[in-house]
Amino acid sequence: MASLHQFSVIKGSKVLMVGAGGIGCELLKTLALSGFQDIHIIDMDTIEVSNLNRQFLFRQSHVGQSKARVARDAVLKFRPEISITPYHANVKDPNFDVDFYKQFNVVLNGLDNLDARRHVNRLCLAADVPLVESGTTGFLGQVTVHVKGKTECYECQPKPAPKTYPVCTITSTPSKFVHCIVWAKELLFAKLFGDKNQENDLNVRSGDAASSSNHVEDVFERRNDEDIDQYGRRIYDHVFGYNIEMALSNEETWKNRNRPKPIYIRDSLHDEPTQQNGNVEKNGGTNDPSSVSAMASLGMKNPQDIWSLKENSKIFLEALKLFFLKREKEVGNLTFDKDDQLAVEFVTAAANIRASSFGIPLHSLFEAKGIAGNIVHAVATTNAIIAGLIVIEAIKVLQNDTKRYRMTYCLEHPSRKMLLMPVEPFEPNKSCYVCSETPLLLEINTHRSKLSEIIEKIVKPKLGMSAPIIMHGAEVLYETGDDLDEDLLASYAAVVDKVLSELNSPITGGSMLTVSDLYQELRCSINIKHREEFDEEKEPDGMVLSGWSQASVENDGNKSVDHNAGSTSESLTVETGKDSEEEIVPGKKRKLYEVSEDVTPSDAQEVRANKKLEVLDEDDDIVMLDGEDFGISKKKIQSQQP
Amino acid sequence: MDGEELTEQETALYDRQIRVWGADAQRRLSKAHILVYGLKGTVAEFCKNIVLAGVGSLTLVDDRVATEESLAANFLIPPDENVYGGKTLAELCCDSLKDFNPMVRVLVEKGDLLSFGVDFYSKFDVVVVCCSSLATKKLINAKCRKLSKRLAFYAVDCKDSCGEIFVDLQLHRYSKKKLEETIECELNYPSFEEAISVPWRTLPRRASKVYFAMRVLERFEEADGCKPGEISADDLPSVLKLKKELCESQSLSESHIPDGLLERLVTNGREFPPVCAIIGGILGQEVIKAISGKGDPLKNFFFFDAMDGKGVIEDVSSSNTGS
Ligand SMILES: [Zn+2]
Repeated sequence: MASLHQFSVIKGSKVLMVGAGGIGCELLKTLALSGFQDIHIIDMDTIEVSNLNRQFLFRQSHVGQSKARVARDAVLKFRPEISITPYHANVKDPNFDVDFYKQFNVVLNGLDNLDARRHVNRLCLAADVPLVESGTTGFLGQVTVHVKGKTECYECQPKPAPKTYPVCTITSTPSKFVHCIVWAKELLFAKLFGDKNQENDLNVRSGDAASSSNHVEDVFERRNDEDIDQYGRRIYDHVFGYNIEMALSNEETWKNRNRPKPIYIRDSLHDEPTQQNGNVEKNGGTNDPSSVSAMASLGMKNPQDIWSLKENSKIFLEALKLFFLKREKEVGNLTFDKDDQLAVEFVTAAANIRASSFGIPLHSLFEAKGIAGNIVHAVATTNAIIAGLIVIEAIKVLQNDTKRYRMTYCLEHPSRKMLLMPVEPFEPNKSCYVCSETPLLLEINTHRSKLSEIIEKIVKPKLGMSAPIIMHGAEVLYETGDDLDEDLLASYAAVVDKVLSELNSPITGGSMLTVSDLYQELRCSINIKHREEFDEEKEPDGMVLSGWSQASVENDGNKSVDHNAGSTSESLTVETGKDSEEEIVPGKKRKLYEVSEDVTPSDAQEVRANKKLEVLDEDDDIVMLDGEDFGISKKKIQSQQP
Repeated sequence: MDGEELTEQETALYDRQIRVWGADAQRRLSKAHILVYGLKGTVAEFCKNIVLAGVGSLTLVDDRVATEESLAANFLIPPDENVYGGKTLAELCCDSLKDFNPMVRVLVEKGDLLSFGVDFYSKFDVVVVCCSSLATKKLINAKCRKLSKRLAFYAVDCKDSCGEIFVDLQLHRYSKKKLEETIECELNYPSFEEAISVPWRTLPRRASKVYFAMRVLERFEEADGCKPGEISADDLPSVLKLKKELCESQSLSESHIPDGLLERLVTNGREFPPVCAIIGGILGQEVIKAISGKGDPLKNFFFFDAMDGKGVIEDVSSSNTGS
C-alpha cells in the first residue's frame, strides 16, 4: 500500500480535518506519520479533564486551551517539517465557505454532532470535495466515504432523531429511570434554579381538579420568613408527596399502571432530627462555587454507590440548601451542566426519589450523570482504529481508486469472523433532498399556521439550516443576515407573523416554497399540501414533513415530540450529541449500529450489509491478485483442498 | 471486587471509559503489569492505548539504538538526533509515555529478554513481543507457560499493508453479557508452537492468506539467518521458492499464498502507520479484555490487510487443544 506512487499523492495533497477530539487526535497523528504534509484543522472546543484518557495529544497543563492549536503543537514535536494550520473556530462560521473548502483534496470528519456533520456534508457537496466521515461509541465505530455523484452523501439515509419523550410520560407516568432524570433536570432543576419566567410543566395536571394556578405558582417561591431548611422540606413534600397525591386522584391514568407512592419527608427521614443535615462547613474552606458539593458535606465519597431513599433525601435537601447558601447569585439563571457537581447531585437525588415513588430501580450518581449529561462512551483504542481506517480511505480517495472505496464497521463482536467489516458504499439516493433536487412535501393547515412556525419547526431544526432564505416564486418572504436594513427586517417580521393563506401571494395547497441556506449552498423545494387536522400527541408540530431523511417516531415506542427548548412546553428532550466527544450517527434503515447502546440493529440492516459482503467475498481471490501490478493471471483460482 | 475503590482523580480521568467497561474492570487494569518487547510503530500505538487506559505499570525492553528508520512509524520519538542520539528505543519511548498518564508507571528493563528468568516474567500479567523471530516467539511463549501464575502472551507484526496478532491466554475464564444475563465462559488456547504446527490443509478454505504468508516469511528468516524485518527485494525469488516447497509439503494449493502478497511483504516490509494504529488498537482492546476478564477475547489470530480492508479472526488450533 505504501508505494512510491502513493507517497507522491499523499505529499502533494491538502487535507481538512474537522474536529480535534477523540478521533481527531488519533487522526492527526496518523496523517502526520503517513506522510501528509499540509493539514488544516478546525475545532472550536477547549480541552477538559475528561478528554485526557484518550485525546493523547493533550495534558493536564493544557486544560482550557484550544484543542486545534495544542494538537498542532504536539504533532509538530515528532513531525516538525510538516505544515499544520489550526482554526480555533466553529465549523459553521461563514468564513469556512465553499471557496474555503475548494482548496482541499479531501475533508476528514471527526465530529461530535449531527448538526455539524450535516453542515460539512453540504459544503463538501457544494465544493465537490470528497468527504470521509467517521464516528465511534464505546467499542463500535464506522468510517464512510462520500464522493459527489459516486457514493451516497451523508444525508442520503435517515438519521436517528434526538430522543424525545411525551410530556405526560415525564410529568405523570414515568416508567424508566431516564424519565425521572428528564423530570429532575428539565423541570425541577429548571423550576428551582433556572429562569422563573420559562413555562414549566412541573405541576402535575390533575385532570380537572381545579387547583388555583396562582397557588401553584407560589409554591416554588421561598417565602420571606422561611428558613432554608423549611423551604427545602416544603418543596420536597410538594413535588414528591402532594403532586403524586394529585396525580393519583386521576383514576383514569392508573387503570393499567402501577400506582405511585407519595413520599413525604417525615417518612423518608423519619429517624433524623429536624435540623441535622450536612456539615456545610466541609465546603467552607473554598470560595470556588464550582467545588461546592452536597456529597462532601455529608461525607459521601463514592459516585458509584447507589444511595438509599434516605441518603437521596438528604442529598436533595443538602444540595438545595447549598445552592441558596453558596451559589445564591446564580439561582434564577442556572441551566443544568453535567460538569456542575452540585447540579448533578441534586438531579441524581431528585430522580432517585421520584424513581422510588414509581417503583423504578435507583441509580448511582455516576450513572445518573451519564444519562443526564448524555455522555457518550469513549475509549482510545476504537478512536485509534477508526483513525487508521480514515487514513486508508483518504488515500484511496486521493488516488481516485473508486472501486476500492469502502465503508467500514468496527464491531465489538465478530460478524462472520470479522471485527473490521468493509462494505461497498451505496449509490446516491435519488430522492435525497440534499444531494438531489427532489422536493419535500409539507402537510400543514394553511389557514392557521404562520411562516414563522415553518421556520422554527421545520427549516431550522429539521433541514438543519442556520441562515435560511425562503422564497415563494420570485418573491423573497424571509431572509437573515447582518447587513439587512431595518425596514426590510421589519417587513420580514410582519410576513412571517401572518397566516400562510393570508399573505400577499397566499400560500395554499399546491404552492411551492424554495428554501436555501446562504452558507451551505443548499437549496431545496417544499411542496405545500393543506391539511385541516393534526394529532396533538403524534404530530405536535401541527405539520408533517415528508421526504426528509430523519428517522423518527415509531422506533422505541415513544411517540416522539420535537424539541424546541424553552419556547414551548409541549416537548421535553434529552439533548443528544452536544456534549458527546464522538458519536455514531449511522442511518437507521441499513447501517449496523445506533448512537445509543440500547438500540440493536434490526435484521434488515444486518441482511443488507451481509448481502453486500457476500459479493465482496466472491471475488476474494481476485482482489488479492488483481490488486497488484505484477502481471499475475487474473483468472479466479479455485482452492484445491484434498 | 478487590476491595479498593477508585480515587476521585481516577474517576474523573477515566470517566468515559469506565462507562464502557465498568469500575471493577478499571480497578483490575490499575493493578496489571505489562511487558513489551520490540518498540516499533505498532507497539508504540499499543503502549499509548494501554497507558491511557490506566494499567498499573508498563515495562519496555528494547536495547537497540534509535535510527532514522526506527522513527518512521513511531510518534513517541522526536526526530532530532540531539535528542535520540545514543539512547535506546526503550529509553526514548519511556520518556514520552510517562507524560501520557501520570498515574501509570513506565519503566525500562535493559538486557536480552531471552535471558531473563522465571522470576522476571512472574512480575507480569501480560507480555507483548513485536517483530520477533520465530525462535523468540516460541521461547518467550514457552517461558510464559512455565509459570505457576497465568500470563497472557501476544505476538504482533506489521509489514506493509498487513498486520497480525497472535494470542495465547492459556486457560482463560471470563464473563460476558448475553441478552440481559452475565454468563461465565472458558477458552483453552494453544501455544504459538502448537498453533503454527497445525497442518495447513486442515484449516478452513477461506483462512486468511496473510496467515500463510507470515509463516513463509518466518521460516525464510529462520533458514536464512536474517533478522526479522531485514528481508529485502533480493530475497523474493528464494521466498517464492520456499513458499512452493511449503505448499507442497503441507498439501496446500499455492493460490492460498498469492505471490503478489509475498512480494508486497518482502519488498516493502516497513510498517504502514494506519495499519500500526489499527493493529495497536485491536491489541489494546484485547489486552484490556484479557485483564478485565470481560467480553469474548479473540482466539487466536487476528489479521488485517488494508488492501481488502478486512479485519479477520482466525482460530488456528488443533482439535485437541481447542475449546
Ligand atoms: Zn444525499
